[in-house]
Amino acid sequence: MPEFLENLFTNYYETGAVVIFGIGFTSLLMHRNLLKKIIGLNFMDSGLYLFLAAKGYIAGRLAPIITDGDADPTKYVNPIPTGLVLTGIVVSVSVTAFLLALTCRLYDKYHTLDIDEITNLARKERD
Amino acid sequence: MEFVRNFPFLTIVFSLTCGVFCAVTRGKTAKRLCVCWLTLTFAMSLSVLIYTLRTDGSFIYRMGKWNAPWGNEIRVGPLEALMATAFSGVMVLSLSGGMSHIFADCEEGKVNIYFTMAALLTSSLFALIYTNDLFTAYVFVEINTIASCALVMLKSSGRTLVATTRYLIMSLLGSGLFLLGVVILYGITGELLMESIAEKVQDIFSTGEYSLPLTVVIGLMSVGLAVKSALFPFHSWLPDAHGSATASSSAILSGLVLKGYIIVLIKIFYRVFGLRVIVAERVSNFLFVYGILAMICGSVAALRQVDLKRMLAYSSIAQVGYIYVGLGMHSEAGMVAACVQILAHAITKPMLFCSAGGFMDVSGGQKSMAAITGAGRRDKLAGAAFTVGAMSMIGIPFFAGFATKLALAQGAVGSDKIRMTIALAAIVISTVLNAVYYVPVIFNIFSGTEGSEKAPRPKVGYVFAMGTFMVLNVAFGLFTQQITDVVRRGLQLFGM
Amino acid sequence: MKNKGALSRLWSFAEYGSFREEEFTLSPSDERHIDTDTPENRWLTTVQNSERSVGARAASWFSRRGVEIFQRLYRVAAVFICFTLIGVLLAVVAFLPPFGGADNPAVNEVPERYVAGAVEETGATNAVAGMISAYRGFDTLGEAHVLFVAACSVMALLRIDGPARRHGCLPDPEMTGEDMDFEPNSDLILRKAAKILVPLSFIFGLYVILNGTSSPGGGFSGGALMGAGVILNSVAFGFSRTERFFGERVYHIVKTACLTVYALLMAYFIYMGANGIYDHVWLGVPGGIVSGGLILPINIAVGFEVACTMYCFYALFRKGGL
Repeated sequence: MPEFLENLFTNYYETGAVVIFGIGFTSLLMHRNLLKKIIGLNFMDSGLYLFLAAKGYIAGRLAPIITDGDADPTKYVNPIPTGLVLTGIVVSVSVTAFLLALTCRLYDKYHTLDIDEITNLARKERD
Repeated sequence: MEFVRNFPFLTIVFSLTCGVFCAVTRGKTAKRLCVCWLTLTFAMSLSVLIYTLRTDGSFIYRMGKWNAPWGNEIRVGPLEALMATAFSGVMVLSLSGGMSHIFADCEEGKVNIYFTMAALLTSSLFALIYTNDLFTAYVFVEINTIASCALVMLKSSGRTLVATTRYLIMSLLGSGLFLLGVVILYGITGELLMESIAEKVQDIFSTGEYSLPLTVVIGLMSVGLAVKSALFPFHSWLPDAHGSATASSSAILSGLVLKGYIIVLIKIFYRVFGLRVIVAERVSNFLFVYGILAMICGSVAALRQVDLKRMLAYSSIAQVGYIYVGLGMHSEAGMVAACVQILAHAITKPMLFCSAGGFMDVSGGQKSMAAITGAGRRDKLAGAAFTVGAMSMIGIPFFAGFATKLALAQGAVGSDKIRMTIALAAIVISTVLNAVYYVPVIFNIFSGTEGSEKAPRPKVGYVFAMGTFMVLNVAFGLFTQQITDVVRRGLQLFGM
Repeated sequence: MKNKGALSRLWSFAEYGSFREEEFTLSPSDERHIDTDTPENRWLTTVQNSERSVGARAASWFSRRGVEIFQRLYRVAAVFICFTLIGVLLAVVAFLPPFGGADNPAVNEVPERYVAGAVEETGATNAVAGMISAYRGFDTLGEAHVLFVAACSVMALLRIDGPARRHGCLPDPEMTGEDMDFEPNSDLILRKAAKILVPLSFIFGLYVILNGTSSPGGGFSGGALMGAGVILNSVAFGFSRTERFFGERVYHIVKTACLTVYALLMAYFIYMGANGIYDHVWLGVPGGIVSGGLILPINIAVGFEVACTMYCFYALFRKGGL
C-alpha cells in the first residue's frame, strides 16, 4: 500500500488527470442538464490532454524547438504527445460546438435543458 | 509500383475533398457529385480487391516519405479491400434507394450538407478499414461520429434532434474511453503503430510488467467501441437514432457505421493485442456473453415494436450481437463468421430500411405496422425487397443471412463444449424469434386491400438500388463458399 | 391499454434508462388498429393483456414511489460510477512508468528521429510542427476535416433560411429573438479598444501562422487568433461592418479553397513519397519564415480555415447566419 501511494505521488500529474477525467466522464454520463453534460465533456477531454501531455514530459529537458542547430535528441522532450494533444483539442472544439448547437435548438423547441424531460416531450409528438 | 496501389489512399483523401465541394454546391449538383464520386470509389476499391486477390497478399502503403513508425501508413489486403468495396457499393445504393426521402426530409437549402456528410463518412470508413495506426483510427472515428450524427440530425424534427443528442453523447463517451485506452497504451508501449505495439505487448505480456494497465486498456477500448457499435447493454441510443432518421441515414447507419467501429475492434484484437492475449485476458468471454444476450434481447425487443423502423433498429442490435458472438469464440472460424456477418448485414439491412422508406411513401408517410398494411401491394418492388431481406434475416438458405448462420455454427462446432452449446442454442432461438417478428410483417404488407393510394412513379435510382440489393443478396447466398474463402484468406493476411 | 403493466414499465426503464418515461403511448391511430386482425397485432394484444393481469398492483406502486426511488438510486449510482472509474484509473496510474522519467517506454527511436531529423528532413526547427504536418501529415489532414464537419453540422442546425436571413429583417417566429437582435453599437469603450485590438490580433495571428515552422504555434493557434479578431470586430462594430469584407460568400470561397489546397498538397506529398519520386519541394532556410517546405503553405491554409470556422461558429450561434 505505501508503495502504491508513493507511485501515485510520483505520477502526480497523471493522478490529477485521471481524477479530472473521472469527474468529467460521470458528469457527461449522469447529469440530466445538457449544459452540465457539455461541461463534463470538456472536463473529460481536458483530463485526457493533461494525461497525454504528462506522457511526453521528460524531467529537465527543453521544449522540442531546435535552437542553434543543436539537434541532440537527449536535450528535448518527446514531441509526439504535444502533437496528439493539438489534434485532440481541435476534435474537442468541434464536438463541443456541435453539442452546443444541438442544445440551442432543443432549448428553442422545448424550453428546458433536462434531457429526460426533452425526451418525454419529444416522444409525445408525432414525427 | 503498380498504380492500383495508390487507390486506397486516393479514395480516402479525395472523398474528403468531394465532401468539401458538396458543401458549396446546390442540392442537385451535390447529389450528382457525391454519387458519381462514390461510384468511382467503388470501382477503385473493386480493382484493389482484384489486385490483392491476384497477387494473393497484402501490401503496405506509406503515407508520405517516411517509413512506418515515423510516418503514417495504411495496409491493404483482400479482407480490407472486400470491406471497402462492399461499403462503398452499399453507400451508393443506400443513397440512391432513399434519394426522394433525402430531398423531402431535409430543409431545402441544406440538402447539400447531407451529401457532404455522406462523402466524409465514406472517407472515414475507408480510413478505419485501411489504417494501421491507432491515432489515425481515433481521428477518423471522430469524423465518423460527427458525420453520422449529422446524418440523423438533418431530418430536423424534434425527435431526430433528441435522438441525435443522445447518440452524440453516447458516442462521445465511447470515444473518450477509446482515446484514454490509446493514451495509456502509448504510455506503456511508446508506440502508435499497430505492429510495433503488438511486439511490445507480447513483451509486456510475457514479463508480466504493466499487466494491470494492459488489462484496463483492453477493457477501455472494448467498452468504448462496444458503446459506439451498440453492443447489448449500451444500445439504448440506437433505436431512436435509427428509427427516426430519414431512410438513407438509417440504412447507412445500421449497415455501415456500426461496422466501421467493429472493424477497428477486430484490428485491435488481431493486430495490436493478438488472440493469445485477448483469450488470456478473458475479454472474448465478455463479448461472447453480451453478444448472446444481444441476439436474444434485441429480437425480443423487436417483437414488441409497433413501428416498422424501430423494429428494424432492434433487429440491428440482434445482428450486431451475432458479430460479437463470432468475435467472442476466440477461434479463427469465429472471426470468419464475424466478418461474413459484417458483410451480409451490410447488404441486407440497408435494403430493409430502403424498402421501409418505400412503404412510408405509399402509406402517407406513416411507419406504424397499422399504416403499412397492404403497402407491399401498393409498392411491389419494396414489397419484394422487404421479403428478400426478411428471408435473409431469418436465415433461409440461398440468402445472405444463411451464410452467416452457417459460418457461425461452424465456428461454434470448432470451439469448446460450453460455447458450442450456448451458441448453437442462441442461433436456433434467435432464428425462431426472427421468424416470429419478420413473417407477420410480410403477411401484413401483402394483406388487406390495395387501397386507393397510388404509388408515385418510381425513380430510376430507387429501382436500380432495390434491384441490385436483391441480386446481391441472392448472389451472396449462392456464392457463400467463395466469399468465405476470400474472408478466410484475408484474415490470415490480416493478422500477420 | 391505459393501465401499463409492471413488465412494460421495466422495459421502458431498460430501453430509456428512466422510469420517468410515459411508456410508449400508442398514438390514437395505432390503438384503433390494434383491434384489426393481423397476426402480429393479435399477438401483441395477448402479451399486453397478460402483463396487465400480472403486474397491476406493482405498477401502481411504481407510479407512486418509482420516480422518487429512482432519483435517489440514480444519484447513488452516479457517485458509485465516478468513484469506481477513478479508483480503477488510479490503480493504473500507480503501475505506469514514472512521470518525467528519461527511460520510459515512450522515449524510443520514434521521437528521437522526430527531433534529430526535423531540420534536415522537414526543414522545420519546431519539431512538433514537423511531426504533425510532415511525418504524420495524414492525421492532421483528418483533423482539419473534423473541424469542417463540425462547422457544416452547426450550420445545418443553426442557419436560418428564409425571411429572417439577413440581420435586421423580420425575426423568425420560432426564435425567441431578444438576444439575437441586440447589437451594442454605441459602446464607446469597446469600439476604441477594438480599434487597437482587432488589427493587433490579425497581425499576431499572421505572425503565429507564418512562424509556425520555427516557433510555437502554427495554423490552428494562429487561425484561432485571427478568428478572435474577426469576432471582436463584429462585436464592436456590428455585423454589417464585418459583412463588408466577410460574408457567407467569402466564407465559402476561403474555406473551400483552403481545404482543397491542403488536401491537394497533402495528396501530392503522399503520392510522391509513397511512390519514391523526388518531390521538388524546396525546404527553405531553417529558422526563417520560408522554411519547412510544404509545412508553411499547409499552415497558411489551415490558419485561414480555422479563422473562418471560428467566426462561423460565433455568427451562427449569435444570429443564425453569416
